[in-house]
Amino acid sequence: MTPGSEMRSVLGRVRGLGSAKEGVAHWWAQRLTAVALVPLCLWFVASVIGLIGAPYPVFVAWARNPIDAVLLVLLIVATFHHAQLGLQVVIEDYVHHEPTKLASLLLIKGAALFLGLVSLWAVVRLAFG
Amino acid sequence: MSASDRPLSPHLQIYRPQLTTILSITHRATGVALAVGTLLLTCWLISAALGPANYTGLQRFLASWLGILLLLGWSWSLFYHLCNGIRHLVWDTGHWLDLKGCYASGYGVLIVSTALTAIAWIAGFTSLGHS
Repeated sequence: MTPGSEMRSVLGRVRGLGSAKEGVAHWWAQRLTAVALVPLCLWFVASVIGLIGAPYPVFVAWARNPIDAVLLVLLIVATFHHAQLGLQVVIEDYVHHEPTKLASLLLIKGAALFLGLVSLWAVVRLAFG
Repeated sequence: MSASDRPLSPHLQIYRPQLTTILSITHRATGVALAVGTLLLTCWLISAALGPANYTGLQRFLASWLGILLLLGWSWSLFYHLCNGIRHLVWDTGHWLDLKGCYASGYGVLIVSTALTAIAWIAGFTSLGHS
């Protein structure tokens, strides 16, 4: 494309942000958490299968293992971050009433933060309690 | 006709459902289901942190027919979203975007996610027999 054949300035094209000026960070965070969740989810499912029917002390021993505890923390952070990023897109696509959209976004982001922190508290308590 | 009365693209009422569109909306639906499913993850960890009585109570709920039904739905949702998510990541690299790649990977996702769910449940019941 020859310079000047579009309405955007050269600087605008270099920055590559488009008219919305944002979006890349959201897109990138969703991909990063997705890639992290592939091995984390497979590890989690395999761990849960091994724990089916296990008595309480066996579960606690698993949760106190440093590797498993750290992987649980990573799983929780990646899961809730990925979930709220995805739910945000769903809400932005289907909810067009501005006040409802804002309330829904605040609700899912607040809920993800709350549930994520509560889960982390549980993991820390199991690991050190 | 005011702007709000106009039918919205992609005009679902006149489009014939196709594998690609069904898989796409299923990715969204399973994503939302998994987000709701995080409640179970939190409950599971909290019950364990609170002590053996709470932990056993949740175990008993998960072993009930409702618990098993929820776990069955969530496990397939997880494997579907995982497999189709990898398909999305491949698309991000510019591959599988042609009709052939799109359909082949689509059928692949359906087969692999269902197979992984079956393997997980067989492994689960085998594990249960040994504990």
